[in-house]
Amino acid sequence: MILASTLTTNLAILVLAGFIGFVVISKVPNTLHTPLMSGTNAIHGIVLLGGLLIVGLSGNSAFNKVILVIAIAFGTINVVGGFLVTDRMLEMFKSKPKAGGDKAGEEKKP
Amino acid sequence: MSAPPLATSFLQSSSFLDVLYIIAFGLFIQGLRGLSGPTTAVRGNRIAAVGMAIAVIATLLNRNEGNWGLIVLGIALGTAVGVPAARQVKMTAMPQMVALFNGVGGGAVFLISWSEFRLTHGYQGTATYIAIFSLFAAIVGSVSFWGSNIAFGKLQEIIPGRPISLGSAQQIVNLLLLILALAAGVDIAAGAHSEGIFIGMLICAALLGNAVVFPIGGADMPVVISMLNAFTGLSAAATGIALNNPALIVAGMIVGASGTILTNLMATAMNRSIPAIVAGGFGGGGAVEGASGAGEHAGTVRSTSAADAAIQLAYANRVMIVPGYGMAVAQAQHAVRELTKELEKRGVEVGFAIHPVAGRMPGHMNVLLAEADVPYDQLEEMDEANQEFGRTDVSLVIGANDVTNPAAKNTPSSPIYGMPILEVSNSHSVIVIKRSMNPGFAGIENELYYEPETTMLFGDAKAAVSEITAELAHI
Repeated sequence: MILASTLTTNLAILVLAGFIGFVVISKVPNTLHTPLMSGTNAIHGIVLLGGLLIVGLSGNSAFNKVILVIAIAFGTINVVGGFLVTDRMLEMFKSKPKAGGDKAGEEKKP
Repeated sequence: MSAPPLATSFLQSSSFLDVLYIIAFGLFIQGLRGLSGPTTAVRGNRIAAVGMAIAVIATLLNRNEGNWGLIVLGIALGTAVGVPAARQVKMTAMPQMVALFNGVGGGAVFLISWSEFRLTHGYQGTATYIAIFSLFAAIVGSVSFWGSNIAFGKLQEIIPGRPISLGSAQQIVNLLLLILALAAGVDIAAGAHSEGIFIGMLICAALLGNAVVFPIGGADMPVVISMLNAFTGLSAAATGIALNNPALIVAGMIVGASGTILTNLMATAMNRSIPAIVAGGFGGGGAVEGASGAGEHAGTVRSTSAADAAIQLAYANRVMIVPGYGMAVAQAQHAVRELTKELEKRGVEVGFAIHPVAGRMPGHMNVLLAEADVPYDQLEEMDEANQEFGRTDVSLVIGANDVTNPAAKNTPSSPIYGMPILEVSNSHSVIVIKRSMNPGFAGIENELYYEPETTMLFGDAKAAVSEITAELAHI
């Protein structure tokens, strides 16, 4: 029954993560929706781990290796590109010259 | 093999790696929380990136890791492509960049499932549920990969943005492809080991991805990208269950949940239902509507010059600027900022009315205007702005179309009827900067242009705005 318990544990994680996703995300203001989309987009680049895990297993044929290198490259593009683009977008929001007290928190006060 | 040194074996112990994974997804959640506020967003994104780095390191530490050459090669290739792409992309091209990054994520998912299938010779010796989740990931990942690429092509204007469909046969074809892909999946899960069936399944899913996105018009593209983003997240979570990796499950599922919320939100803002978009209903209905509506306009269009527009603006007390995708395409945000400064010097009060789906993504206009250093407090969201139009002397519409179309309020037969709009016609006068009289992405005529208080300034948004600014100097 070890297999079954792994499945149920993972399903529990899945469901809880779904609820966390709903709760955390539903508070985001309209303004930040594009960066948020880009940020979550970067996070699903975590599939990179899948490629890294499988490429380490023995028994991969030459063709498998080709597929996996492409998968790892794709995952890396997703992660690296995603976070960089999001960062670029958000930097623009940050460097506001005083736009109301609540917006200035990110800047160090002189 | 001799026993590894104690430190190494500790680093490779599965409990230690699990702890790293838990830290990683804790950071993802914390990072996403940060992304929900303008002051914490930059930090939030970086926290999530640190989480990702920890998750990758944890994976590389695991005892079974090998084939280091391939890993280095893959990561180097990905970095060589991803970093310059992310660094050099223009802010206006952001939507298609997100589509592309989303696509490669989906691509990685289905390739991983495929190699899993090959490695186990058709899921032999694995639990059925692992096969099911892996197959689900393969189908959804493949749909997401191809769908995102088509979305990219449409936004990049490699593929025509207008809907391309098989007409009434489209939905039947889509359904058939879905059934075929599912049937192949069920067959494999039930014990078929043939790789041919697996590849057939991937092809059906690929065709489905194409078939779903091709008929969708440019106006609906943000909703589609958001939906595909959620899809990729879900497929990543499924991969996580198949590989028994908690970091993948949590991260994938959070993206699946958030993507669903975003998708709903965008669809609501445009008064579109997600099933209608996916079924390709908009393109067909919109085209028919546009054709029948085109002849009905009795009114005439009045065009104006930059000089006249400048005079109108200079003597206004309050000006509301309504930016849209035209401003983004023309890269006019800096020119707009200059115009704003010039007007403010003359004591004109200037505001920006931001429709939630102006541009091609929610928040697209905010990003561009932030780039041009327009202060936050000048940006007004739709409800706020609609209360202001009554006391606005001049509304300056820069490359926005459908989000200002009164048909959404007045014409029940219009395909955009019911979509909340910016009610610019309530202001005393309206100046519309637009390249030509061509209809917008939705393919619908805009009645606003025929109204008596509206004048049109034809031209590229950036050139027109700069001209107005130049004319202002002479007044």
